[in-house]
Amino acid sequence: MIAFIEYSDIFGKLDLNAFKHDAIEASVGISIILISIALVFFLTYKKLWVWLWRDWLTSLDHKKIGVMYLIVSAAMLFKGFVDAAMMRAQQAFSVGDSFGYLGAPHFQQIFTAHGTTMIFFVAMGMVFGLINILLPLQIGARDVAFPFLNNLSFWFFAVGAALLIVSLMIGNYAGTGWVSYPPLSGIKYSPGVGVDYWLWGIQIAGVGTLLSGVNFLVTIFKMRCPGMTLMKMPLFVWSVLNSLVLIVFAFPILTATLAMLSLDRMMGMHFFTSDFGGYPMMYVNLIWAWGHPEVYILVLPAFGIFSEVVATFSGKKLFGYTSMVWAMVAITFLSFIVWLHHFFTMGAGPKVNAFFGIMTMIIAVPTGVKVFNWLFTMFKGRVQFKTPMLWFLGFVIIFTIGGMDGVLMAIAPVDFQVHNSLFLVAHFHSMVIGGVLFGILAGFTYWFPKIFGFKLNEKYGGYAAFCWIFGFLFAFIPLYILGLMGATRRLNHYEAATGWQPLFIVAAIGVCIIAVGVFFQIVQLIVSIKEKDQNMDTTGDPWNGRTLEWSTTSPAPFYNFATIPEVSERDPFWTMKHHKQEAKYVEIHMPKNSPHGVFIGALSFTFSFGLIWNMWWLAIVSLIGMIVCLMIRLFDRDTEYAISPQEVEKFELANKHLN
Amino acid sequence: MTNTQSYPDTHHDVSSNTILGFWIYLMTDCVMFATFFAAYAVLHNNTFGGPSAKELFDLRFALGESLVLLASSFSCGVAMLYAPRQQTGKVLGWFAITFILGALFFWMGLYDFSRLIAGGNTWQSNGFLSSYFTLIGVHGLHILVGLMMMIVFIVQLIQRGLTGRVLRRLTCLRIYWHFLYLIWIFTFAIVYLIGAR
Amino acid sequence: MSHDPLMDPPQPVEYGNFKSYAIGFVASIALTLAMYYLAIEPMLEGLAYDLAIAALSIAQAFVQLILFLNLTREAKPRWNLTIFLFMIMVVVIIVFGSVWIMNNLNYNLMPE
Repeated sequence: MIAFIEYSDIFGKLDLNAFKHDAIEASVGISIILISIALVFFLTYKKLWVWLWRDWLTSLDHKKIGVMYLIVSAAMLFKGFVDAAMMRAQQAFSVGDSFGYLGAPHFQQIFTAHGTTMIFFVAMGMVFGLINILLPLQIGARDVAFPFLNNLSFWFFAVGAALLIVSLMIGNYAGTGWVSYPPLSGIKYSPGVGVDYWLWGIQIAGVGTLLSGVNFLVTIFKMRCPGMTLMKMPLFVWSVLNSLVLIVFAFPILTATLAMLSLDRMMGMHFFTSDFGGYPMMYVNLIWAWGHPEVYILVLPAFGIFSEVVATFSGKKLFGYTSMVWAMVAITFLSFIVWLHHFFTMGAGPKVNAFFGIMTMIIAVPTGVKVFNWLFTMFKGRVQFKTPMLWFLGFVIIFTIGGMDGVLMAIAPVDFQVHNSLFLVAHFHSMVIGGVLFGILAGFTYWFPKIFGFKLNEKYGGYAAFCWIFGFLFAFIPLYILGLMGATRRLNHYEAATGWQPLFIVAAIGVCIIAVGVFFQIVQLIVSIKEKDQNMDTTGDPWNGRTLEWSTTSPAPFYNFATIPEVSERDPFWTMKHHKQEAKYVEIHMPKNSPHGVFIGALSFTFSFGLIWNMWWLAIVSLIGMIVCLMIRLFDRDTEYAISPQEVEKFELANKHLN
Repeated sequence: MTNTQSYPDTHHDVSSNTILGFWIYLMTDCVMFATFFAAYAVLHNNTFGGPSAKELFDLRFALGESLVLLASSFSCGVAMLYAPRQQTGKVLGWFAITFILGALFFWMGLYDFSRLIAGGNTWQSNGFLSSYFTLIGVHGLHILVGLMMMIVFIVQLIQRGLTGRVLRRLTCLRIYWHFLYLIWIFTFAIVYLIGAR
Repeated sequence: MSHDPLMDPPQPVEYGNFKSYAIGFVASIALTLAMYYLAIEPMLEGLAYDLAIAALSIAQAFVQLILFLNLTREAKPRWNLTIFLFMIMVVVIIVFGSVWIMNNLNYNLMPE
């Protein structure tokens, strides 16, 4: 019996080789460890562990969960940005006889990690962070439909990020590109642990996303305050609703496809192998059937944010509410029938390519409608160019350019020329940075006072926006040109005769300008915190807003609303401001904190780690542990607590709520 | 006394929130199954020279499985008819039948797998069998989870009686169980009846 | 003031009744046996066979949805039906879209 449990089985594939890294990887790993140790010391010294556990990690408060999403995403943004800078540096100098400073395997892991980090752990995380904080407030609710599930979803997200970070130190990451096509990502051609880290990271995070999708959908369907019919919801809520519909119907495709790849790798199956009747091209088809809706999942909330920002800072109601809603619904429908444009060159015939090409062109139309509606909102408005509006202006320029070259590539013969070139890379960065990231940053700046109670410094915000906008143009216009000149993506070296180097150098300078922008964002945060007493938001409504979140204090109380508002029109706060509602204090039920989200999350990490390294005992024990935690939660009857009306009144008066 | 100001508080409309949420989750499960179906549809002829579906599948056995699961789904529905009328004994009895039939279905699935494996036809043989074992296997895992949750919720029923919370959870289980049969209808049709022709 | 559905008292979940379950059960057995009978008897071939099996399974799905799951136009919550229909649309797109695309990849191959 004991002979079965050999020493090697305890550690599976894990041995000392997993810790062998080159100088760059080693220094990154050591930095992460040192920062973590410093954090632990800081928390211990300041005796903050109990506070951290009780007030944050086990909290089921959607506002706290949202902030945690934002913090993890910000850390991952830094990591993804460093990846980008490393790639630009490599490509600026790896010409002819010089091969740069990154070996090919390392370069492959960097571009894979860059894409995965930015899409899953930055964009998704920041969007979900903002949705978490704002959605209940905008619909006049006290919480989301399933607060425990919300907490659990956050921990699954964090575990996905953690797996990626751990791969920097133990073992290595996938070198297959962020969508990991087989057969390269199959066990035969990627026998190491890298692809498994990739798989489990996004599989776990994907489950979290799916659960949140269900959670927020029920919240929007069932928990709107009295009077708020669908056509009276803020446009941010509409954009989130559409995004959630996409999540709920697209993420299961990802779950299934990743499962099939895992089964190929772990159980020797033949879904996507190049022999034994496997069909690698089917992976490409399925992953993009998810992948296309995914990018709309990211961009729709950004559109929603811009609708809020533009209306508020133009001092006018949004132009064309109904057409905005229908445009987003149209985008949601259409995003399910364009996915083949990601693989026009895979060999389908003209009928198939033409159908998807035409659908891709059509989907640009509702987006165009939205851009015009935002501009019409500004027309004859009293526009204030605060930082959020600067991000919007950057969006208009960059996203429109990106959108237009997207329509260009929708023409299959054109795509055949530029598929997987730097032209494509420039296109999607225009959309993701110009659209998604700028939207998130606009929203972050706009809602910062609501979340933390004080405004961000305008001057540094402006500097940051300008650096990002100009930095982006410097970094990506050369890539458009390079793509047309024939440069493919993911190159770690090229010949001098191509004449590409000067453009790569300009692109590298662009990244430096963006880095200055990031620097200004950090400065902005530090200065704002230092000056917070001067910039306190005492009214709860620093921008003369129109929607319900501005009717609470800043930050909002943990129960959001002492009195659930009753609304009768769009932009309800605009009306409420001038006709104050009576305060009626009632008993409020709030969810109690729970540690089980943390525990199940942690066990999902050890479960994945066990599978990745073939430590089967660890995987089994973790799975049992997760089931046990779930059972404990299911048998727990004591999950809520009540606040009496008198206590609510005390809280309200203490916060000097202007009612 | 309901104070309209406290509606919709998290406390009150929870029942239909939970059931709507569970329904939406089931919709996502359907899309996931659809992906496995799509893979099967594409790969079902990729036998790599090995035996085809026609040669391997026992249609009569699959019919037996279908009727067993159907009966289980029916008995689950009947069990829940007695639940809102607080007839705990009948609920427990019908759930016992549901569980036994469900377990029988699961065992039949395992038997079918072991028969194939014994004949040298495993999930490692070719693309067709990979997709077959995975599709049926994922459905079987769902059945297993359902059986497990049945035990958990029946224990809670015995412990606490037919409270609102127990009723809500059993309703979710009933819908889940019906859906697993619904998926099986298409599995039976596409995999066994069409695929084996 | 127009009717605000959010002010309705919480609706009980549709439990159905014994009659609907009994009819559903018998109908499902009949449809299952019909499908099986079609499969083992060499009555229909090729596309006709496939379509017949598809029709019988879709019919049984309807039986299940209406009689076991009570998913009708009046079912509460009203979102159930909408989301279900959207799911059907997505499933049809993915399954038939994938089959169409993957078969079409043979377009550029040389004839046998």
